Amino acid sequence: MTDTGQRTDWASDAMQHRIARRYAADARFKWYGLGAIFFAMAVLVLLLGTIIVTGIPGFTQTQVRLQVSLDPEQFGGSLKGKTPDEVDTAIAAADFAGMIRTGLQSLFPDVTQRRDVRDLTDLVSSGARQKLAQIVREDPGIVGSTVEVWLPTSDDVHTIVNGSMDRDVVESDRRLNDKQIGWLEAMEKADAIRGVLSSDFFTGGDSREPEMAGVWGSVVGSFWTLLVTLAVAFPLGVLAAVYLEEFAPKSRWSDLIEVNINNLAAVPSIVFGLLGLAVYLNVMHLPRSAPIVGGLTLALMTMPVIIIAARAALKAVPPSIRAGATGLGASKVQVTFHHVLPLAMPGILTGVIIGMAHALGETAPLLMIGMVAFIVDIPGGITDAATVLPVQIYLWADSPERAFVEKTSAAIMVLLTFLILMNAVAVLLRKRFERKW
Amino acid sequence: MAEADVEARIRVSTEDAKLKFQTRGVHVYYGDKEAIKGVSLDIYNNEVTALIGPSGCGKSTYLRCLNRMNDTVDSARVTGSILLDGTDIYDKKVDVVQLRARVGMVFQKPNPFPKSIFENIAYGPRIHGLASKKSEYDAIVETSLKKAGLWNEVSDRLDEPGTSLSGGQQQRLCIARAIAVSPEVILMDEPCSALDPIATARVEELIDELRENYAIVIVTHSMQQAARVSQKTAFFHLGDIVEHGNTEQIFTNPREERTRDYITGRFG
Repeated sequence: MTDTGQRTDWASDAMQHRIARRYAADARFKWYGLGAIFFAMAVLVLLLGTIIVTGIPGFTQTQVRLQVSLDPEQFGGSLKGKTPDEVDTAIAAADFAGMIRTGLQSLFPDVTQRRDVRDLTDLVSSGARQKLAQIVREDPGIVGSTVEVWLPTSDDVHTIVNGSMDRDVVESDRRLNDKQIGWLEAMEKADAIRGVLSSDFFTGGDSREPEMAGVWGSVVGSFWTLLVTLAVAFPLGVLAAVYLEEFAPKSRWSDLIEVNINNLAAVPSIVFGLLGLAVYLNVMHLPRSAPIVGGLTLALMTMPVIIIAARAALKAVPPSIRAGATGLGASKVQVTFHHVLPLAMPGILTGVIIGMAHALGETAPLLMIGMVAFIVDIPGGITDAATVLPVQIYLWADSPERAFVEKTSAAIMVLLTFLILMNAVAVLLRKRFERKW
Repeated sequence: MAEADVEARIRVSTEDAKLKFQTRGVHVYYGDKEAIKGVSLDIYNNEVTALIGPSGCGKSTYLRCLNRMNDTVDSARVTGSILLDGTDIYDKKVDVVQLRARVGMVFQKPNPFPKSIFENIAYGPRIHGLASKKSEYDAIVETSLKKAGLWNEVSDRLDEPGTSLSGGQQQRLCIARAIAVSPEVILMDEPCSALDPIATARVEELIDELRENYAIVIVTHSMQQAARVSQKTAFFHLGDIVEHGNTEQIFTNPREERTRDYITGRFG
């Protein structure tokens, strides 16, 4: 603006041009923003879409209907009235594989050659034996009768049936040969093949057989690991933040500590894994592959995040609240624990949950401390060998069997579900307790 | 309350000494900066002492010396003597918690705790252990709110958060909160600066009522307010007291040129 006294001519061409350009810049910027969001959403949809499309079959199990005659001779006579121990012994001795083979042969009586019989039995999962044993264990009274059971098929049948493998390619490019395809199609015609939601996937541990492999073992492993992480990182992180924010005198030292905490939060997680390996395993001799070691390692990694979030939350509590309480004669500890900390808690918890969500998705440091092992059993505590969800995903992604591809995506969906739940809780907390002073 | 304290109170009342605070040569430094340069002032019971002066003249800093709120500022350093009933409050033996219970404070911006109205009042007595039974707390809350003239407005909603009240009510709640620990002195740091004229009038009325039982020190930017509520006035300028004395004298017949200029609005 000039102050020569001249009136600005708002209607002049130059001025109109400027105004038009300004509006154009506004509009352009809006479109850039929309474009960025659209791009991000498109990538997200593509990512989730691929995972979901690939992963859905991973939640299902293909089963075959068989008439299995439970020959009492196999169990040393009828199991009626036997003690549970005797039943277990009898079941352990029984040849379930043979019973399943007989059941299959009864469907295809003309299969007699040893090699064909082997091909035929290969259609059924090797885990079917345990399934059958389980059925007998639950009701020993059925021994002696012929029962109709649905048993899991092998992963090769599963991938053919759900269409992720093509059954029309040349025989040498298939995992199933022409004869096996023929038997399978015969069974499909007889409605003896079905796909169901896999209970093994949700309740089982890891397995070499994709159709028997489940995420529950790694979910429980993740739970124990995060429990240790939370138990260590939450109190230590909050105490450190409270001290630094409320008690520590501002000095060169507190600045140095602050810089270092921010640095720690940015250290690559694999470095924490190496530290965990060196300290917890080699010096403290804690059990390898155990959630306690994984949890302690992740706690190291999560603590700086919690400290930073907690300090920000404490800083956001207005000083007038501190002054009010101090003016009434409250001591420093009373001011902190009666007023400041409760007011900062929602913010702190939000930070903690986000930190825990990070820890839940962390893989690299856990590889260093041996949580990458093949573990079939569901861990029963923090000292049992265990693996965690992201490591399970890594293990399955590395497996050669085609059916593990869908198991991998299914496990990713399980992990994402937990992450979304945790982040949703964090957002809700933030919304619910937004500034109330 | 400690026995010595009770004795001190009895002594004060029997001697009928109205002198509450005696401050001599008070200096306050924030790091290298000298915020107050040797202030000497007496504060009396049953009187309102107003501290006036332009922004940054040190009146709030001086006020915060009287209950050692400056302790919470890392860089602050206080020298000189501040005697409360003859005891130096900066003496090492003085318990600062007890001091702040005896010298209550009301702040510029109403700062009720984000808790219920009841809890706001009961908090002080609770941390000092002034009551033990629910009924005792009920009594303290009721008396304090009555003294602060808030009882009729909030008696039926003591469970509601203190922050739900209006600005004027919040400030009176803060006054009630300060009264609840039965202090001897109440410090007020521009208590009406965030309030509308009606709420201000209500608080000023309250200050006048409270004078009967307490010594009150009030920092204010409003000349009219100082003239209305106070009996003594001290005019601060650049960290020094330029003039102090009876309010009437200061406002009608100031001795100093600068005081006259300030109260007539020529500067500040």
